[in-house]
Amino acid sequence: MSQVIARADGDSLPEITTERGERAVFCGLTSIIWLHRRIQDAFFLVVGSRTCAHLLQSAAGVMIFAEPRFATAILGERDLAGMADCHEELDRVVSELLARRPDIRRLFLVGSCPSEVIKLDLANAAARLQGVHENRLRISAFSGSGIETTFTQGEDQCLASMVPDLPALPEGSQRLMVVGTLADIVEEQFRRHFAQFGITEVDFFPAARADDLPPVGTGTRLLLAQPYLSDTVTALTKRGAKLVSAPYPLGIEGTLAWFQAAALEWGHSAETVQEALAIPIVRAQKSLAKVRDSLQGRSVHFLPDSQLEIPLARFLRDECGMSLLEVATPYLDQTLMADELQRLGRGVSLFEGSDLDSALARVRSHRPDLTVCGMGIANPLEAEGLRTKWSIELIFTPIQGFDQVADLAGLFARPLVRERQLEVGSWS
Amino acid sequence: MELTLWTYEGPPHVGAIRVAASMRDVHLVLHAPQGDTYADLLFTMIEREGRRPPVTWTTFQARDLGSSTAEMVIQTLQGACERYKPQVLLVAESCTGELIQDQPGALAKGAGLSAPIIPIEMAAYTRKENWGASETFYQLVRGLLAGRAPKPGETPPSRSPDQAPSVNLIGPTKLGFRCRDDVTEVRRLLESMGVRVNVVAPLDATPHDLLRIPEADANVNLAPEVGDLTCDWLKRQFKQPIISTVPLGWGATRDFIAEVIETLALDLDPDSVGESRLPWYSRSVDSTYLTGKRVFIFADGTHALAAARMARDEMGFEVVGLGTYSRERARDVRALATEYGLEALITDDYLAVERAVTELQPELVLGTQMERHIAKRLGIPCAVISTPAHVQDYPARYSPQMGFEGTNVIFDTWVHPLIMGLEEHLLTMFRDDFEFNDDAAPSHLGGEGGGAQQPDNVTPMTPPESGAVAWAVSAEKELRKIPFFVRGKARRNTEHFALEQGLSVIDVETLYEAKAHYSR
Repeated sequence: MSQVIARADGDSLPEITTERGERAVFCGLTSIIWLHRRIQDAFFLVVGSRTCAHLLQSAAGVMIFAEPRFATAILGERDLAGMADCHEELDRVVSELLARRPDIRRLFLVGSCPSEVIKLDLANAAARLQGVHENRLRISAFSGSGIETTFTQGEDQCLASMVPDLPALPEGSQRLMVVGTLADIVEEQFRRHFAQFGITEVDFFPAARADDLPPVGTGTRLLLAQPYLSDTVTALTKRGAKLVSAPYPLGIEGTLAWFQAAALEWGHSAETVQEALAIPIVRAQKSLAKVRDSLQGRSVHFLPDSQLEIPLARFLRDECGMSLLEVATPYLDQTLMADELQRLGRGVSLFEGSDLDSALARVRSHRPDLTVCGMGIANPLEAEGLRTKWSIELIFTPIQGFDQVADLAGLFARPLVRERQLEVGSWS
Repeated sequence: MELTLWTYEGPPHVGAIRVAASMRDVHLVLHAPQGDTYADLLFTMIEREGRRPPVTWTTFQARDLGSSTAEMVIQTLQGACERYKPQVLLVAESCTGELIQDQPGALAKGAGLSAPIIPIEMAAYTRKENWGASETFYQLVRGLLAGRAPKPGETPPSRSPDQAPSVNLIGPTKLGFRCRDDVTEVRRLLESMGVRVNVVAPLDATPHDLLRIPEADANVNLAPEVGDLTCDWLKRQFKQPIISTVPLGWGATRDFIAEVIETLALDLDPDSVGESRLPWYSRSVDSTYLTGKRVFIFADGTHALAAARMARDEMGFEVVGLGTYSRERARDVRALATEYGLEALITDDYLAVERAVTELQPELVLGTQMERHIAKRLGIPCAVISTPAHVQDYPARYSPQMGFEGTNVIFDTWVHPLIMGLEEHLLTMFRDDFEFNDDAAPSHLGGEGGGAQQPDNVTPMTPPESGAVAWAVSAEKELRKIPFFVRGKARRNTEHFALEQGLSVIDVETLYEAKAHYSR
């Protein structure tokens, strides 16, 4: 079930094949796991089923946090049969929750597959509850359902739901908004780098505190830290913001070009940026060189999962010397990937969508040195004698920016180094 | 609508996957949206399975709703049949599949598939994982064997006298607690009694194996959460008696042996079967320090019941709390709790369990991974005895819970988190010695374990909860002389005592009055 649908822009872009079939990806609810660590006074209330609750604790590695800032309001038969009014029930659950957690400054009602299918209007519920708790906290709704969102897309929906709350940026001023969750340490590094070439009007969205809402207006320049934010970009663009086309800040080249694209909006030349960032660049080159040997000349196959596949593939090929056997991504937003697709260029086998069994058949026939895949598939491929990197770690680990370049390469190098080191019989 | 932070059991379709993943030559098609495939990782990551669970998912998305989901079901069924060529194809839905009412079971029956189909109704909004496993296994066995049951009045063919008596082991599954090793241990035990194991199911069985179930003399209901329904049905249809004692613990293993002997009419001295080190280890002097240790137990029904008996009768602990999340076993657990003078905690609300542990301040928690986290936060030693479990509960080494080797394993597992007997005495004798200060961790637990054992992390020098009682400086100082591993309890007891007595200040005298009041 696959067909070539696009051979865009003549010679310079990869050939894209679309597949439809079984998809082995998380749903958007998984985003809650990193979002609740990032927005430290937000609570995520999933309105869903036991499956949703089970997914969250399984993906989170079972119970790490005393009392987590996420929970599930599990729909029961009474709710589905209409014996209980879902909205009244939700009001009751929210009051219960807020009584327990007076520290919460923002509540997200998160839609799930069951709530979407029964058409429970959570946006409406959020507006109603906002009225009740007006001076206490902000309440908004977004969908993390598997029928509407794929894995990292949950963050896109979450951020898009906050856009109406952002204050207006006064006319005539220009500010940079870095969009997409980053680790605190990466945010700090990036702030320093921006300052090094003279941009101090920088906001990060989402911020660590729910009340730190960046202003948005016609003077806003959007720089994406994550590649899965289509709806957020649309919502911000509607409020006047302008998207800066750039690659993603993965690898030295990607990070440098990312800073340069932003700097251009402030009238700073690419050379100025390169000079200003010379020290971290050299440091990154030195540390990457140590890891590069393990990756040079090895082949890699990306199964569709996190939506980071395209920029990661570009980094592994261009800066680590790996060859790309196949790069697959759950869906392709050509606008947000425009710069990355140019860099990836021709001759790369790019798949959009998923047909799991066919994809695995190709992995088995390619026998790549490394397969980047979801957690459920990794051990079975290892048992077949293939090295893997499970991709959720790429979401939880700080990998963006110069000082994380070696860590990023290290994530891919470790399985290969381990293979060489172990003397415990054949891997399979 | 029910507010849930953590859940002890997954949804029922995860139970169905457990059955399918346990077996060979069975395939499961699940009508479920994108994202529900997370369940694969339970098997491949937590249990380190080297194969994907034999499940194909429809993974429908919003764009498929209303138009093509039924078509997707049929395509998925056909694809799975062609690719995996299963002996039996199970068909079920996840919670969302149930809502869109495509009735994949009916679709499958009309799809002209090459494999026999067994549809399973999952009742996702009322039931949970263990029920799902139980129901799936029951439907599978029934589907395969219903036509073979003896007619009324007909007696099943009896075993020829030259054949060894045999039993089936019913219930063990993937993602069960130590099922892999328990099956090995119980098989060894039975073989040492001259009893052959006919079929083990679901674990490692094929549908063809299930067809041989009626050949055995009896069914051992090894994991009642999964096996109850099937064992009852086999008893009714095939007149196979049920051996229902689960051999968890020394006494239970002996009861199990006795029940096997009785059920199969074996000519065998029960005392001649196997041996355990637990009785001697428990009687040896080092173990006297175990006497009366206050233990809190929360687990699935089977493991909670077994642990309570072991804790009291075989380890000499005092059971101060007993509960389960298995509502199907609530009656048994309530009855045992009553016998122990307790009120059973029957809940799947993790916060209710946490409250109970916090109030009771036990010296040892025997629970699931959930309770391990509760205990860790409260600085209470803990051993995991039941699912939900995590990767560390699927160890590389042989470590059964059942049978006599199981008693050895459990003795070690429960004693290890406690401070060893001799060490406890030394800590008390030398508590003012600089090397035995409060920050010195039990030597065998290293830095981390020691840190987790300091109740002061949890109940630091803070005002009492009520705010009504204050500690005099002298009493506070005296309190510091009490070994750290009982200090938290001493503080709480003293404050409680002071409140009861209507005192506003705790002095040294109050401290010792309270000690006398609570001494056992």
